[in-house]
Amino acid sequence: MSTQSSRLAARVMVAPSVVLLFIWMAVPLAMTLYYSFRLYRLLSPDRTGWVGFTNYLWFFNSPDFWLALWNTLALVGGVLIITVMLGILIALLIDQPVKGQGMLRILVIAPFFVMPPVAASIWENLFMHPQNGLLAAVARGFGAQPILFLEEYPLLSVIGIVSWEWLPFATLILLTSLQSLSSEQLEAAEMDGASALNRLRHIILPHMTRAITVVILIQTIFLLGIFGEIFTTTQGGPGSASTTLPYMIFKQAIAAKDIGRAAAGGIIAVILANIVAYFLMRGIGRHLDA
Amino acid sequence: MGKITLQHVNKSFGEVAVIPDINLQIEDGEFVVFVGPSGCGKSTLLRLIAGLEDVTAGRIDIDGTDATHLPPARRGLAMVFQSYALYPHMTVRKNIAFPLKMAGLSEEEQEKKVQHAARILNLSNYLDRRPGQLSGGQRQRVAIGRAIVREPAAFLFDEPLSNLDAALRVTMRQEITELHQSLKTTMIYVTHDQVEAMTMADKIVVLNAGNIEQVGSPLDLYHRPANLFVAGFIGSPRMNLIEGAEAARHQAATIGIRPEHLDITEGGPWQGTVGLTEHLGSDTFLKVTLDTGELLTVRANGEVALRHGDRVALAPQQGKIHRFGPDGKALA
Ligand SMILES: Nc1ncnc2c1ncn2[C@@H]1O[C@H](COP(=O)(O)OP(=O)(O)OP(=O)(O)O)[C@@H](O)[C@H]1O
Ligand SMILES: [Mg+2]
Repeated sequence: MSTQSSRLAARVMVAPSVVLLFIWMAVPLAMTLYYSFRLYRLLSPDRTGWVGFTNYLWFFNSPDFWLALWNTLALVGGVLIITVMLGILIALLIDQPVKGQGMLRILVIAPFFVMPPVAASIWENLFMHPQNGLLAAVARGFGAQPILFLEEYPLLSVIGIVSWEWLPFATLILLTSLQSLSSEQLEAAEMDGASALNRLRHIILPHMTRAITVVILIQTIFLLGIFGEIFTTTQGGPGSASTTLPYMIFKQAIAAKDIGRAAAGGIIAVILANIVAYFLMRGIGRHLDA
Repeated sequence: MGKITLQHVNKSFGEVAVIPDINLQIEDGEFVVFVGPSGCGKSTLLRLIAGLEDVTAGRIDIDGTDATHLPPARRGLAMVFQSYALYPHMTVRKNIAFPLKMAGLSEEEQEKKVQHAARILNLSNYLDRRPGQLSGGQRQRVAIGRAIVREPAAFLFDEPLSNLDAALRVTMRQEITELHQSLKTTMIYVTHDQVEAMTMADKIVVLNAGNIEQVGSPLDLYHRPANLFVAGFIGSPRMNLIEGAEAARHQAATIGIRPEHLDITEGGPWQGTVGLTEHLGSDTFLKVTLDTGELLTVRANGEVALRHGDRVALAPQQGKIHRFGPDGKALA
């Protein structure tokens, strides 16, 4: 396949799919960009005309925007920290030979198959509910006041729910990586006098860096767009305490019916995602090469 | 110091007794080789000594103290694995220094010992590379380097050369032997390559199905195999074993004669027909089918002009016939 004519043929063959993919990607982005500079409110008759950066400026001047930006990053960061750390811990645990290992692993993976709104409902109504929730019952059992999770700690509660959903994914990837570590390396380290903690630090964790990197990158992509859990539980509130960028865009698009502003928010979100991606790749991307 | 004593050591995996009962004494400074067919328990025995497996019953003493239940790190032994088990994310320097770092030595001391080991093993130019950037032989040397910096009481090698090509194996074999001569530390070496066993060992332990068949110096085993298993296992090509009437004439159930102890002479007592001939240049190995039906291997010199189908007469050399009783044990 390396004569010049065959290479040309190959290019011609793949061209349609490349063109299609390009249109697929570029058209929605271009349209979003277009609307973000337009006045386009569904509720008012004047939906024509260019407005320059007005839509963008509205975001930058809104105090909610900066909170939402911070909330988005806190949500992503918090969930990453929790899922990676707990994921490593659980992977180490279920890698040990125990009875019913297969069943145990299925149980650990199970939360991942629960749809986000369902998971959020379960948490809201069965665990965090101040009257009926399990956590409230536990608190009362200790004679304490039930914690009003969604009212007093809305962002932390959302982080908790999302972490619960994504923990299985992290655990699964980290577990496969752990299982690919040769037992001889661990035995050699043991003979070299490394304690369990030193083995974790010097052998196991370095072996898992690539898997951890993959977990962080993939989860970041999905976590930046988290919406369903917030919609189901806190609705971004109280106030704007748990509003993230995607939720704020949703409020503009659906609640305020301002397509122009929502489009501007979308573009800002795209830019934010790229900034995050840039720093992630600079920070940990090198672990992806062998 | 590295004197190791095994008393009634037993190892079972579940129901299966891989090692039923072993007694063995390894003296300080000895080079001991465990040989035996695949699956006979060589690695298991080595891992028991290392502490990577727990004994089911019995006692292991290292330098006179009971080490049966000591964790591997506290036994003062170093192991070189068949797969090298290098740490892939560390440089060669860090790999070799790892046991020193774990022992809490200062950076300067670590560096000094690493440099020393690297000089002995010709690794000085590779210290900043990672294991993935080294050849098989170099990786093997790094694994040995990681073992020697600890100054262990004994080295344990589990088939360390089996991943190397033939030429490199010969070189590394000599290097390990030289290392043993300069360090004078006890070494226990597992292999199923009998050339390695014969050339390197002070003492060979022949294992079969978890039992020790014979312990002795290489030449001991070659000249005085204690039983049929050792007779067949040590020596290449294998010893010829003859049963039946010819054995009975020597008052034995089986007699053995090594290929190099058969002469091709006119008027020899055993007549036969030449089958396959293998010309190695220095030697020629002839497969001869005797008229009585036995197939014998004969070692002749390189220029022998016999071919397939030629008639030959063979004569065993005086006093080189091994006699074995019906239980397989050698007769005096
Ligand atoms: N963890 C284990 N669980 C169960 N059986 C085992 C285990 N490890 C080894 N065995 C069994 O013990 C026997 C001896 O194994 P071992 O690895 O010691 O053989 P070996 O002499 O080193 O063979 P080789 O030359 O192929 O390396 C084998 O029959 C093997 O199946
Ligand atoms: Mg083995």
